[in-house]
Amino acid sequence: MSVLRPLDKQPGLNTATILLVGTEDALLQQLADAMLKEDCASELKIHLARSLPLPSDVNRPRIDLIMFVVNLHSKYSLQNVEESLRHVDATFFLGKVGFLAMGAGQESHCSIHRNTVTKLANTYRSPVFFCDLEREGFRATVAQRLVRMLQICAGHVPGVSALNLLSLLRNSENPAPEDL
Amino acid sequence: MDSYESAPQHIASSRLKDYFIGATPLQKRLESVRKQTSFVPTPPRRKIPQCSQLQEDNDPQKVAFLLHKQWTLYSLTPLYKFSYTNLKEYASLLSAFIAAEKQKGLAVEVGEDFNIKVTFSTLLGMKGTQRDPEAFLVQILSKSQLPSENREHKVLWTGWFCCIFGDSLLETVSEDFTCVPLFLANGAETNTAIVGTWFQKTFDCYFSPLAINAFNLSWMAAMWTACKMDQYMAATEFLWSVPCSPQSLDISYAIHPEDAKALWDSVHKTPGEVTQEEVDLFMDCLYSHFHRHFKIHLSATRLVRVSTSVASAHTDGKIKILCHKYLIGVLAYLTELAIFQID
Repeated sequence: MSVLRPLDKQPGLNTATILLVGTEDALLQQLADAMLKEDCASELKIHLARSLPLPSDVNRPRIDLIMFVVNLHSKYSLQNVEESLRHVDATFFLGKVGFLAMGAGQESHCSIHRNTVTKLANTYRSPVFFCDLEREGFRATVAQRLVRMLQICAGHVPGVSALNLLSLLRNSENPAPEDL
Repeated sequence: MDSYESAPQHIASSRLKDYFIGATPLQKRLESVRKQTSFVPTPPRRKIPQCSQLQEDNDPQKVAFLLHKQWTLYSLTPLYKFSYTNLKEYASLLSAFIAAEKQKGLAVEVGEDFNIKVTFSTLLGMKGTQRDPEAFLVQILSKSQLPSENREHKVLWTGWFCCIFGDSLLETVSEDFTCVPLFLANGAETNTAIVGTWFQKTFDCYFSPLAINAFNLSWMAAMWTACKMDQYMAATEFLWSVPCSPQSLDISYAIHPEDAKALWDSVHKTPGEVTQEEVDLFMDCLYSHFHRHFKIHLSATRLVRVSTSVASAHTDGKIKILCHKYLIGVLAYLTELAIFQID
């Protein structure tokens, strides 16, 4: 009952909902604000959670996209994400899940190797985006990207589905990461 | 339609795999630069430092001065046209340069004017394999002008260059270059800067400070705890920095070295090697023990210092080696980090 399923609720009219899961509360809040500032034809709803499972007594809309945020400076955030992944149904991973890895730029502060997150994303067949959420310009870029991805996952872009997007993203990566 | 699209990709990926198996390190590096991926992800396993054959030739007395001193680490690109036969000439050139710099007033030494003497010498036995270039040492000594009988030379600054198991770098450079990627300095910052400038001008190389991140520090903690020691001189200590405002907190955690070794032995599976899973498990045990007592998640903080009986390392690139037996092993890991930073 606490497992997230992609199609267990009716979609809201012209609504797209994203769930951001991560331990970095302040940065997730800022990312959410940046996403809401974006121009978007659909109505955006952004949910923030520290970890899954979500409390089941709340009435929430259908979730179209889940982004797991890992901070490379903190092993705790990775462990948190790994725990939360268990509460997501397998059908969600058909294009409706992604990973955001932040903090790769400051190599001297990293506790986790970049490849650990890449391997995790490959295991779950989902895309991973390396980003910097602390600086406003970069945060705005990530927000823009997430909004476009969310629109596709909610089915608001005619002709492109979440699964199409996933295979497009996979083809542009080189095949070598599969062997890592 | 789908099968047509997927087939060429399959052929391409298997061809790439064969290419990677037979390729030399230089080819692999060129390939990864072209595809803009990072090559050499952390190796999943490393050898536990052992007493190497070459090190047995090492006279403990000669390298004793390297131990118990704090060294600041730098990575160094290969030196162009450096020759081990010209060491005396380099020494005189460097001392002239230092004297000129001091007269310029760039490095003002408080106290009386005294003569500086520079020595270059090779350190025998400080290498991993026979292919590694010889390590060499630079020292700045002061010659006292006092008319006393005692004309002792006081060591003002020491720096040494070495390369331990540097095969991945040695294979990619041509004959004119000498690869000594690891540079360790002890003494005043100003002197380090002056010597660095002279080397950069003379041999067209580049120094950069070698920082050690938390990931590598936890590898060091695991590898050094894994070393067999007859006698433990110091407790195993960790220092974490908690990012919080207004000032950051520091958390220090000290364990009895035999307990740390016992914990490691319970985690360790493959003899002679350390794997990523074992390092993670070792650190996770420490974190969960701490959490059980203090309800603080150490994994959300940043590891800045690791101190064991073998050596101690700080994230700013400072190292102190305490055990002669594992000197080469510690330097091998640092050389690997230095080479990775140069790439």
